[in-house]
Amino acid sequence: MRATLMTAMIRTGAKQCCPYAACSSSRSVAYYSKSAIDTNSNYDLVVIGGGSGGLACSKEAADQGARVAVLDWVAPTPHGQSWGLGGTCVNVGCIPKKLMHQAALVGNHLADAAAYGWQLPKDHHVPHDWNTLKNAVQDTIKASNWVYRVQLNSKKVDYFNALGSFLDSNTIKVTDKKSEKTITAKYVVLSTGLRPTYPNIPGAELGLTSDDLFSLKKSPGRTLVVGGSYVGLECAGFLKGLGLPVDLMIRSIPLRGFDQQCANLITDHMSGEGMNILWRCSPLEVVEAGNDQKKVTWLSDDGKKESQVYDTVLWAIGRQPRLQPLNLQAANVQLNQKNGKVIVDDEERSSNPSVFAIGDIAQGRPELTPVAISTGQLLARRLFAKSSRLMNYDMIPTTVFTPLEYGCVGLSEEAALKKFGEDECEVYHAFYGPYEYTIPHRSSEQCYTKIIALRDDPKTVIGIHFVGPNAGEVTQGFAAAMTCNITIDQLQSTVAIHPTSAEEIIKLRITKRSGLDPRAVGCCG
Amino acid sequence: MPPVLTNGEAKDALSVAAELTIVVVVSGKDRTDIDKITNIAAAVQQRAEIVSVSEGEAKRIAHVTGRSSFPLVFVKGDCIGGPEEFERLNASGTLEEWLKPHKYDLIVIGGGSGGLAAAKEAARLGKKVACLDYVQPSTQGTTWGLGGTCVNVGCIPKKLMHQTAILGHAIKDAKEYGWEIPEGEIKLSWEKMKTAVQDHIGSLNWGYRVQLREKQVTYLNAYGTFSGSHEVQAKNKKGKVETITADRFLISTGLRPRIPDLPGAKECCISSDDLFSLPYNPGKTLCIGASYVSLECAGFLKGIGLDVTVMVRSILLRGFDQDMAARIGKHMEAEGIRFLRSAIPKSFEKLAEPADGKAGRIGVTFDIVREDGTTETLVEEFETVLIAIGRDAVTDAVQLEKIGVRRAKNGKVVGRHEQSITVPYVYAIGDVLEGCPELTPVAIQAGKVLMRRLYTGNGEMTEYDQIPTTVFTPLEYGCCGLSEEAAFEYYGEENIDVFHNVFLPLEYTVAHRMDADHCYCKLICHNKDDNRVVGYHILTPNAGEVTQGFAIALKLGGRKADFDRLIGIHPTVAENFTTLTILKSEQKELQASGC
Repeated sequence: MRATLMTAMIRTGAKQCCPYAACSSSRSVAYYSKSAIDTNSNYDLVVIGGGSGGLACSKEAADQGARVAVLDWVAPTPHGQSWGLGGTCVNVGCIPKKLMHQAALVGNHLADAAAYGWQLPKDHHVPHDWNTLKNAVQDTIKASNWVYRVQLNSKKVDYFNALGSFLDSNTIKVTDKKSEKTITAKYVVLSTGLRPTYPNIPGAELGLTSDDLFSLKKSPGRTLVVGGSYVGLECAGFLKGLGLPVDLMIRSIPLRGFDQQCANLITDHMSGEGMNILWRCSPLEVVEAGNDQKKVTWLSDDGKKESQVYDTVLWAIGRQPRLQPLNLQAANVQLNQKNGKVIVDDEERSSNPSVFAIGDIAQGRPELTPVAISTGQLLARRLFAKSSRLMNYDMIPTTVFTPLEYGCVGLSEEAALKKFGEDECEVYHAFYGPYEYTIPHRSSEQCYTKIIALRDDPKTVIGIHFVGPNAGEVTQGFAAAMTCNITIDQLQSTVAIHPTSAEEIIKLRITKRSGLDPRAVGCCG
Repeated sequence: MPPVLTNGEAKDALSVAAELTIVVVVSGKDRTDIDKITNIAAAVQQRAEIVSVSEGEAKRIAHVTGRSSFPLVFVKGDCIGGPEEFERLNASGTLEEWLKPHKYDLIVIGGGSGGLAAAKEAARLGKKVACLDYVQPSTQGTTWGLGGTCVNVGCIPKKLMHQTAILGHAIKDAKEYGWEIPEGEIKLSWEKMKTAVQDHIGSLNWGYRVQLREKQVTYLNAYGTFSGSHEVQAKNKKGKVETITADRFLISTGLRPRIPDLPGAKECCISSDDLFSLPYNPGKTLCIGASYVSLECAGFLKGIGLDVTVMVRSILLRGFDQDMAARIGKHMEAEGIRFLRSAIPKSFEKLAEPADGKAGRIGVTFDIVREDGTTETLVEEFETVLIAIGRDAVTDAVQLEKIGVRRAKNGKVVGRHEQSITVPYVYAIGDVLEGCPELTPVAIQAGKVLMRRLYTGNGEMTEYDQIPTTVFTPLEYGCCGLSEEAAFEYYGEENIDVFHNVFLPLEYTVAHRMDADHCYCKLICHNKDDNRVVGYHILTPNAGEVTQGFAIALKLGGRKADFDRLIGIHPTVAENFTTLTILKSEQKELQASGC
């Protein structure tokens, strides 16, 4: 869909990708939806939250013949930012993040290009214009928003740009900017996702979050990113890559839950690229410093107070549900007391048998778009197509798009050793040099890959980790191999594709136990 | 004589055979011809040690050696066949020569990826190894250092120049991503790129020499020619000849570009042997041939800003999936590469010599078959003509026929699991082995596996099917397993389901790349076998990186259902394999969908 739309727009020469085309037609969609409220308000399924999971679930349910409504409402950020249909991933998550990461990579390419012989002006620093990038990214997003509405329309899913709240188990009050309606549903799926957490310190509201960053009207300038989450690392990474001065503040460890050796390689790489990482520091307060700048004061690891003035402060300390407006108690839906997420069973069912939760809002689920999509589709098939297939939450691959990307599937080394014991696990590892780094003499010090396998026959592989360029593309196929229960022997006897970085994984031979040097030995055997 | 091993396992029998001078492996209780063998051995003052294995284990040995009848005789670890072969070996005098002490355990002829890997692995296993490498100059006089085709005139420079072209694209994309590139065309310095590439190659050449020295492999920069059954004359650059002997030989001389026997071809045209070190920018270039070498070179030359024409006689990328090949052609044309199809070169004329760092001028006369079936003869001028119509084994000068090594018509060594079918102590790996996929990693794998098998008797084998590969055309093409054509032929069209789709890499949206409908992927599934995936194909940026892991899934017999339940990594191009639902047979118009 998007391709056709984009292609059409590109071919008509529309530089501004979408908004104009989208606006004129979007009214007709709104009109259609409105009439649906008036005439028929009984649904088989009401989905609250039009993100990746909710949309996938609603479309699949409609394909199975169900009458479906989707409610999507974005509460504006403290800085007034809101967005269109599609949820976090497309508006303020994966998509804009990856595009800005790509922009930073293109910046690296420019730096490399001269070494490859491209005659860029000598010693010419290529400046970056934030607005050009921001506008291009927002155009892509708006095109997607529009496509989602068209998809819902074509599948006859009623879309309400409205807030939903429970009156009872099966009755939902629908509130939009102008009016209030009541609809009923046999089943309700909650898929409202998470929103960034603000720290509980004075002046926190002066800071931004990833909800604001990708549509910021001017360059964030000198930026302090607070948080060692993947959001924090990714945002700090691309901002630095775009040429901005960036400080990254990490209270304890980077990428909690991920393999810590790989996580530390990523932060080592960021430091090596000139990022100032403020380790073991906690923010205390933010105050206006004039000129639209903010002065941030923090407690450093030696107990001293330090402060610095920034143009932008970005909080990336975590994400949390925002379920208050849904009035879940009216439907008797129980939440986890600690994190506020919806408690669900294997079938994604909450404590109320007709209310389900999918995606990031569901307690204990990996917070990943493709997981939400699959979960939503499988749930719709169970509800409306007599399927009994459950979502399998094991072996889910993921990639962190830091300047040096990190892809993984299966267990981290820590988790593997904890689960199986050190004597039962063999860790194969190597540092390697991506071929494309050779000409520009780019440091490959942190390019690393490791596999964790069981030592007993058949030596099943239980974790694959890859730190390097194109980690996302590399990891997906290895995840496919993991779903086929790969053993270390099978992996090692696979023939390489040469010259790639992915081949380093199948060439792994050195074990940590051997104590041999895992440093790169050059190419071609 | 009592057996040294009775009712043993295959791996034990093979390891005994690897250790002792003459070993006879007998299956079950069958002792036919044992006396004949021991008598021959006795005649050459040797004892034939007997190893007996069960019939089941004998089958395993048959699988490893590629020989099904027992008893089997091993001489110095090489399986030579049965009593008759043993007798013939003795009668010809070869056995006596073989049993003499030799200077080396192994002589490797050809220091490319495969030969080096084998030499190092054999040395690691404690063997005394010599590696001969000598590059005969190309038709244009180009030579290079240790490491063979891949490193010097193949994968490595090719991929680096492909990367240069990718960076050229990045420069074009950069403005859309907000980078304020100065106005005007950014040009490439051929000299700078070539030097950077050659410097890198130089460091690799050096690295190989160091590695050989560290592993105590004797490296001779000399051309090897057989002068006796176990004797090679090694002639170096200065013409100095050294005679060396070994128990065993490995041929890994690879292939060289084929230059057609056409007027002016040798004088006027270059090949991939010359391109990567060309002292001048090739300028307006004609690439002749539809091989992946031709298309890759045409692709990066266009990508660095040159005027490029590809001349092809018939189909692109013979042997590859033809739907994919057609898509590659379409994309290359969209990139501005001109294709002269149904065209055959006739002659070449040098109009101006390359001089002062500038390309010369070459008049090319060619026949082109028009749509109405008529043939027209045309003449066109190019600055460089690159011939990439195929590669040939250059084994004549090695004098393989002197010791009786059978070669196929194309000059490649005919082998049985890498072992010459006629001379049991001669092996071949890599491109020079008949029927072997012409790929560096295959040669490396075969070299290492063969050495372990021969020197430890571990029974390890190289698998030559379901080998993944990638063609580094401007839009890269990764594949593993069968092409559609091969799948239809092998399993029958009605038993094959092809799932496919087009997709749009996320980074193309901002860059407004016109080639939005060119990225494509498909899975070829055997529908009578639970939709086992038998073919995997993708046309995309980074196809090589994407394909490697999926190749393992294919090897493990992955089903379409395994791909379907795989969770995607978002946003990547690779995730498209997790959401393929459209059957090609439905003949729907494909549209890339959003996330």
